[in-house]
Amino acid sequence: MDNSFLSYYLLTSALLFSIGLAVVVTKRNVIVVLMGIELMLNAVNLNLVAFSKNDPEFQGQMFALFIIVVAVCEAVVALAIVLKAHEHFQTINLDEISSNSEK
Amino acid sequence: MIQAVFIAFILLIVISAGIVLWSKNVLYSAFSLLLTFLGIAALYVLAGADFLAITQLLVYVGGILVLLIFGVMLTNKRGNKENGKNDILSSNTNRFIGFIVAISIFGLLFYAFARANFVDIQAGLFEQADLLPSTQSIGILLMTDFVLPFEVSGILLMATLIGAAYLSSKSKV
Repeated sequence: MDNSFLSYYLLTSALLFSIGLAVVVTKRNVIVVLMGIELMLNAVNLNLVAFSKNDPEFQGQMFALFIIVVAVCEAVVALAIVLKAHEHFQTINLDEISSNSEK
Repeated sequence: MIQAVFIAFILLIVISAGIVLWSKNVLYSAFSLLLTFLGIAALYVLAGADFLAITQLLVYVGGILVLLIFGVMLTNKRGNKENGKNDILSSNTNRFIGFIVAISIFGLLFYAFARANFVDIQAGLFEQADLLPSTQSIGILLMTDFVLPFEVSGILLMATLIGAAYLSSKSKV
């Protein structure tokens, strides 16, 4: 298998990363911000996997595997914090949390 | 033929990621994120990473997405009673700035990818190989070359488990 698709992979991951960044910047719901972070992590993984095609040592794939593990840990702890924040502030809107904690 | 499949999956990924961005309803965002993860798993298969594709399905679709939907459900107990429906909406701010930042990051990445000519670099890096199942090789690598990160990620998962259980408990701290 040749790797003539690499440029498509790069373009897709650039698009995914910028969409994830736009989600993180614009959305005010914490859960949707977490979704944006997951999109950005997936864009990075896509690049690693695309570059490690034909690699006999599987280095890019192993790195992507550990990134998935860290992403899971991040999502779990973030959701636990979100639940605690919802219990405390009764909202998960980032602007409302920010203005409530200033009082 | 394979190129058509490839383009179709790329379109699936980009369109459903765009729905995550444009949709105001949080649950619509979550379910289009499901389609994005499925498309990325398909791209992993097309890049010869079959084990990683299955891991993507198990972890992201089966784990993280269910967790996110749980988060949506648990943080909206009152519902949205103002307009008579039960949809959970997410407000937007900084639309213009976010759009500018995303477009400029995309432009920067596109410029770098176009200038660096990664395709030739990567083609000269490895021999052309047939696509073989990668599960056995990854298992051997996890127990030999990557044993330290493997054990460290085990400890990280343990710490995450304890931390999440402690944080989400009802105790008054």
